[in-house]
Amino acid sequence: MNGLTAAFIAMLRRDLLLAFRHRGELANPLLFFLMIVTLYPLGVSPEVELLRRIAPGVIWIAALLAALFSLENLFRSDFEDGALEQMLLSPQPLSMLVLAKVIAHWLVSGLPMLLLAPLLGLLLAMPDKAMSALLLTLALGTPLLSLIGAIGVALTVGLKRGGVLLTLLILPLYIPVLIFATNAVTASAAGMPIEGQIYFLAALLVLALTLAPLAIAAALRISVS
Amino acid sequence: MWLFFHKLASPRYFYDISGKLIPWVGALCLGTMMYGLYLGLVVAPPDYQQGESYRIMFVHVPAAWMSMFIYTLMAVLSAINLIWNIKLADVMANSSAAIGASFTFLALVTGSLWGKPMWGAWWVWDARLTSELILLFLYLGYIALVSAIDDKRTAARAGGVLILVGVVNIPIIHYSVEWWNTLHQGPTVTKLDKPSIHLSMLVPLLVMAVAFKLYYLAVVLMRARVEVLDRERRSAWVQELFGAADSR
Repeated sequence: MNGLTAAFIAMLRRDLLLAFRHRGELANPLLFFLMIVTLYPLGVSPEVELLRRIAPGVIWIAALLAALFSLENLFRSDFEDGALEQMLLSPQPLSMLVLAKVIAHWLVSGLPMLLLAPLLGLLLAMPDKAMSALLLTLALGTPLLSLIGAIGVALTVGLKRGGVLLTLLILPLYIPVLIFATNAVTASAAGMPIEGQIYFLAALLVLALTLAPLAIAAALRISVS
Repeated sequence: MWLFFHKLASPRYFYDISGKLIPWVGALCLGTMMYGLYLGLVVAPPDYQQGESYRIMFVHVPAAWMSMFIYTLMAVLSAINLIWNIKLADVMANSSAAIGASFTFLALVTGSLWGKPMWGAWWVWDARLTSELILLFLYLGYIALVSAIDDKRTAARAGGVLILVGVVNIPIIHYSVEWWNTLHQGPTVTKLDKPSIHLSMLVPLLVMAVAFKLYYLAVVLMRARVEVLDRERRSAWVQELFGAADSR
């Protein structure tokens, strides 16, 4: 095992371990996700026909906000205790280390959202045939949210009140994901093919996987210097 | 040629040359804008479908072009700053942001003024409008980020990364909203074959586009001059220009 792989795995393990030591915090983004979805039937209308129609959008918007919420602390504690500086000084490429962190973040926030989604689909009376499309778009889309969001987090990590700023920076960049994903779910509910949207999400994911780590690393170097 | 660029990149030389340039560019801008408005508002015939209200496009279309042009330019300048560490590129990118945002805003406002008689609504979630609105958010995000970071150098580099990420996203946003929903009329000028717009309308449009470019150049130079002075206030040449009294 060469140095880079070892460092990558060590980083991944460390972040997962840290997440599991704070089990309470682990559930927070998920509860947030669930809460937002609950607000829609209360705020808009509990009528089944309407809920069925807006379900893809509601679940996706909730996923976007939950991702934003959970991302905020991605680099914060490392920045505060100096671990981030050690990463910057490490001989391993920073982009790979942050990729490990982002993957760890997705495993503890994106993946549980994926598992929770069928339940939410059920609550919003989503048709069964759209369910698989929803899971597919979430599987491709939530890693994208983590990757894009991490760029914004890296840019704002040195700031005192980065939270609102983060929203302003990241949500415009999330829009394509939202559009393709909800489009796919709606199309599949109407019985139409969804390959086009899925391929697009997959292409975006590949693009983000290659470019986002570089941008995150550059942003971290700027923020910490 | 290279020597000229190197000299231009030095703040002091830039300050001198932009000071000489601004009155000329400003006068030229005023001239072309008057001419373009005259052609567009008086000479050009009314449209056979849209009547007189199409004339708003002589402001709307150049503003929309500028909004995208400035963003692209900022991306190029940010890349120059990130790669070669040229201070002036960052000053220009920084000074461009607010102008770009205001052009985007102008395009949105004129678009909705035009949309009311044409589509019967101030705002529709049409592809062009939506992507223009997101462009405005990207500008505002950049401005917010840059103003949240105290150190100018750090702010510039962070903003540069954000702009570059945004520029990757712009075509994606553009096409995603286009496929998602569209009502806006198709392109009439930037087609590879003959423009489908009549010459009497195309000429004022292009004149206005040039006038807007000149306006941008004049304003960005003015803003950049102030920015340069602010950043270089401790350097010898600024103190020489204004006396050491107010530099402290």
